[in-house]
Amino acid sequence: MNAPTPNIFAATPLARKKQRREQLARAVFFTMALLLVVPLVLIVTYLVVQAWPVLSWEFLTTNPKRGMRAGGIWSALLGTFYLVGFSLLVAAPIGILAAVYLNEYAKDNWFTRIVNLAVINLAAVPSIVHALFGLGAFVIFFGLGKSILAASLTLAIMTMPVIIASTKEALAAVPQSFREACWNVGATRWQTIRHVVLPNSISGILTGVILQVSRAAGETAPIMFTGAVFFKAIEEGNLFAYGLRDQCMALSMHLFTISTQVPDVPHGLPFATAVVLLGTVLFINALAIILRVWLRSRKKW
Amino acid sequence: MIPAPHIEIEGLTVHYGAKPALRGVSFTVQRNEILAIIGPAQSGKTTLLRCLNRTLDHERHARVTGVIKVDNEDIRRTNNVYDLRRRIGMVAPLPVGLPLTIYDNVAFAPRMAGITDRAELEQRVERCLRQAALWDEVKDRLHTLGTKLSGGQQQRLTIARALSHDPEILCLDEFSIAIDPVTTMRIEDVLKELRARMTILLVTNLVQQARRLADRTAFLFNGELVELDATEKIFSETPRDRRTYDYTHGVFG
Repeated sequence: MNAPTPNIFAATPLARKKQRREQLARAVFFTMALLLVVPLVLIVTYLVVQAWPVLSWEFLTTNPKRGMRAGGIWSALLGTFYLVGFSLLVAAPIGILAAVYLNEYAKDNWFTRIVNLAVINLAAVPSIVHALFGLGAFVIFFGLGKSILAASLTLAIMTMPVIIASTKEALAAVPQSFREACWNVGATRWQTIRHVVLPNSISGILTGVILQVSRAAGETAPIMFTGAVFFKAIEEGNLFAYGLRDQCMALSMHLFTISTQVPDVPHGLPFATAVVLLGTVLFINALAIILRVWLRSRKKW
Repeated sequence: MIPAPHIEIEGLTVHYGAKPALRGVSFTVQRNEILAIIGPAQSGKTTLLRCLNRTLDHERHARVTGVIKVDNEDIRRTNNVYDLRRRIGMVAPLPVGLPLTIYDNVAFAPRMAGITDRAELEQRVERCLRQAALWDEVKDRLHTLGTKLSGGQQQRLTIARALSHDPEILCLDEFSIAIDPVTTMRIEDVLKELRARMTILLVTNLVQQARRLADRTAFLFNGELVELDATEKIFSETPRDRRTYDYTHGVFG
């Protein structure tokens, strides 16, 4: 007769314990992810609901009116684009190229170590300190005055260390064996960087730069002393309405003024400004993501 | 008359920090010779190869003393290290497919050396892939990613890349650990053909492989060159050094 074969897949106490732990771990991680998403969704929803009556195309394209109690945010929106754009134009090339040097060329000596330490410390400096530096250096010492140029340079100084740090991370993530394979066939360091290291780290580098876009767009302190003004009317609809030596308005600063400094501002106005600031950052991020996807598809990787 | 040696190594010593990796190694390699280098892990085999193409320069803590001459030229003094590396093909133990297409992987070195002519590149790519016994498997998908190939195929791709810049010296560092035996035999046949055109340094842990291919065999142990002799002598019952016998006959290790 056939004796019933013992079921080898029967749950032992140990297996049950492992399964319970697995479920617990999963639940904890899921809860944390949820805790992350829920406030974000709530905040954005609340903002959009409050801002909805005010938001319109006209809101974007007209200057603030009647002591900022009416009208749109055109001059602040354009100002933010100028500030972020020029600061990136300065910070991204210098930051990325410096990081390439530090990661690919520099020998491990006291000088490199000091530079690396300086970069890390600079990244941790509060933005108000950068603001004072910008005021002293660009506005006064270099005589740029309070201007878009001085404010962008201040933002660039603030974002550059973080760009350097994130670019170095992205470069370090490229396996060393790729570089060795290139050197083994007689490729120079530059050829190796150009053909293998950069193509494989470009998306990581861009991610680091994108994050700094959001930071540059959101900061108030560094631009307050160096180029941003309370109110300025510019020609509506003209993308080149600001000159580099002009002072400008900026969304972050505008949001600060209308929520705290100006009495009797209509309820929806600050919310709408916040939504536009958020949307601007998302828009720039989206552009960078598209660029990243395009770069990747070109590399077939 | 004995012809001038192709490679001449004199008193080569390498330290990683305070730890010695090679201790005063001296030997010569004749042109078109296959020299096998055997020895247990940590005996300095890979370090030796990396000295030869000077990629050890990139290692921050390595200190090198001694003389290495290729064609009677001191390579440790040459300024043109890139030219030196183009004269040497290097195959690492684990395959490194660059994240490029199969074609670009093989065409990489010629392109870096300045060859832009399409016909010549194509011809080279085909020749090297054939020599690495890979052509038939990939000829229809040369423009797919090299990193998508299987491990064994990637290793053959690495070999094709090492041949792509027409080296006069080919260094293989345990090339067969990621390849199946049939392919290994095919590549061994290729090596036998290639020796007419180049000098081959073969680091291997497979005693039989050294026996099949090498004219002479060097036994490295603890960074020291214990013995270098004709391959039959090394693997015979009576090598000059007791430790060689112990190693090749599996008494220790």
